[in-house]
Amino acid sequence: MSHEVAVDEEFEKRLKAYEGRPAAVAGMGKDPVNAPMIRHWCEAMDDTNPAYEGEDAVAPPTMLQVWTMGGLSGHTGRAQAYDELLGLLDEAGYTSVVATDCEQEYLRPLRPGDEITFDSIIESVSEEKTTKLGTGHFVTTRTDLRVGPDLAGTHRFRILKYTPICRGGGPQVRQPKPARSRPVVNRDNAAFWEGVRRHRLLIQRCTSCGTLRHPWLPGCNACGGLDWDTVEASGEGTVYSYVVMHHPPFPAYDPPYAVALIELAEGVRMIGNVVGVPYDKVRIGLPLRLEFQEYDEEHDQEHDEKLTLPVWRTHEADRPGGDV
Amino acid sequence: MNAGDELPPLEIPITRTLIVAGAIASRDYQDVHHDAELARQKGSPDIFMNILTTNGLVGRYITDHFGPTAVLRRVAIRLGAPNYPGDTMVLTGRVEEVDGDTATVRVLGANGIGKHVTGMVTVTVPAGAAPGAPEEAA
Repeated sequence: MSHEVAVDEEFEKRLKAYEGRPAAVAGMGKDPVNAPMIRHWCEAMDDTNPAYEGEDAVAPPTMLQVWTMGGLSGHTGRAQAYDELLGLLDEAGYTSVVATDCEQEYLRPLRPGDEITFDSIIESVSEEKTTKLGTGHFVTTRTDLRVGPDLAGTHRFRILKYTPICRGGGPQVRQPKPARSRPVVNRDNAAFWEGVRRHRLLIQRCTSCGTLRHPWLPGCNACGGLDWDTVEASGEGTVYSYVVMHHPPFPAYDPPYAVALIELAEGVRMIGNVVGVPYDKVRIGLPLRLEFQEYDEEHDQEHDEKLTLPVWRTHEADRPGGDV
Repeated sequence: MNAGDELPPLEIPITRTLIVAGAIASRDYQDVHHDAELARQKGSPDIFMNILTTNGLVGRYITDHFGPTAVLRRVAIRLGAPNYPGDTMVLTGRVEEVDGDTATVRVLGANGIGKHVTGMVTVTVPAGAAPGAPEEAA
C-alpha cells in the first residue's frame, strides 16, 4: 500500500513538472481567417447574424479555437512537452480525452485574410480526480492568438485525460470471460486428476495397512508405507463443514457461493462446490451425490483442454429455482 | 438591459447532423464526435457534441438576443452532461451585471440528462441597440 502511494506521488511529481512548459510554439493557423469556413460554421450553428457575412464581415468570436485546429493533417508547432505529457498519461492508462472547460477572451475582431499565429503553455496538471466518466487528470493550457504583433484573443482550454468506465448496453468489444483457475497437477496427484477426467473419483489406499487417504500424498500417514492403489468412491457424501465466499471476487467466479468440506461415505474428506442448492441453504450434514461438471470455456487460449471437476449435488428432491 | 433580466429560452434539438456538422465546421475530427461505434468502445453510449460547437451555440444565443451590433468580449463555459443525439438542449440566460454598455450573462444549457453547459458571457451592446426596446417588440 505505502509502495503504491510512493509510486503515485512520483507519477504526480512527473506530471507537475510539465506545468509552465510550452504546449505550442509559434503555431500557425492552417488557413487564414476566411469566409467559407465562417459560412460553414454559421450553417452548422444555424447562426444568421449579419455581422458574419458580407463585405465587412467579422468571424464569429467563438470560432477562435477553430483557427488553431490541426484537422486531419495534424498540428503544427505543437511542442514536445505537450505530446510527452499526453503520452505519459496514455501509458498510465488515461487513454480517453474529453474537453471540459473553455474560456476565451476576444481582444479584437478577426476578419477574412487575417493570418493567425499562436503560442500555448501548459498552465496546470491536476492531481488524480474521479469523475462520472472515469478517473483521470485535468490538463489546462492557455493559448495566445495573434494577428501580426497584435494579441487577438486568449483561449484557456481544459481537458480530462481519463480511464473510461465501460457502460453496459450497445455493442461493445466483448471481453471473453476469464477462465477458472486450474488444479495444480503434479506427480503425486496426477492419477487422481486423470481419474476425474474419466469421471471416476479415486481415493488413494495404502497397500501396507489399507488406510484410505485424501488429498493424494506420496506416503501413508498411518504407517509410512510408500505403496498404494486406489478405490473408486461410491459418490455419496455429506457436508462436513462449509464457508460462503463473498469477497474478494475472483474473475470467472460469481460470488456468493458455497465451498464445502465433504465427508465421503468412505470416510475421507475433500473440498468441493455444492450445486443444486442456493449458497445460503448449504448446511452441515446435507446429503450430497457426486457429479462431474465440464467447464467448456470459450476464448481460452491458455488451456486448450476443457476442465472437468467433481462437484456435489444435493440429494434432496430437486427444488425449483435451485442454483446450478 | 438590467441586472436580473432573463433571456428567452432557446431550444436546440441535438441531432446527429448538428453534432457532426459542428465537429467538422470546427475542424474537430475526434472519432467520438462522428463515429458511434468507436465512441461506444470508449465508454460513451453514442457520439456527443464537441465543446467548440457548444461554445458556438452559446455565442449565438447571446448575439441572437442582443442583436448584430453586440460584441462578444468573453465566453467561459464548463461542460457537464454530454449532448447525445435525440436530446434537446434548452439554453437560458440571466443578466448578472451591467457596467455601462457591457453585460455579464450567466448561461445554462440543460438537456434531458442534466446540465450540459454552464457559463458566463461578457457582451458589449452599443447604446440604443439593446433588445426589448419598444420599437423591436412590435
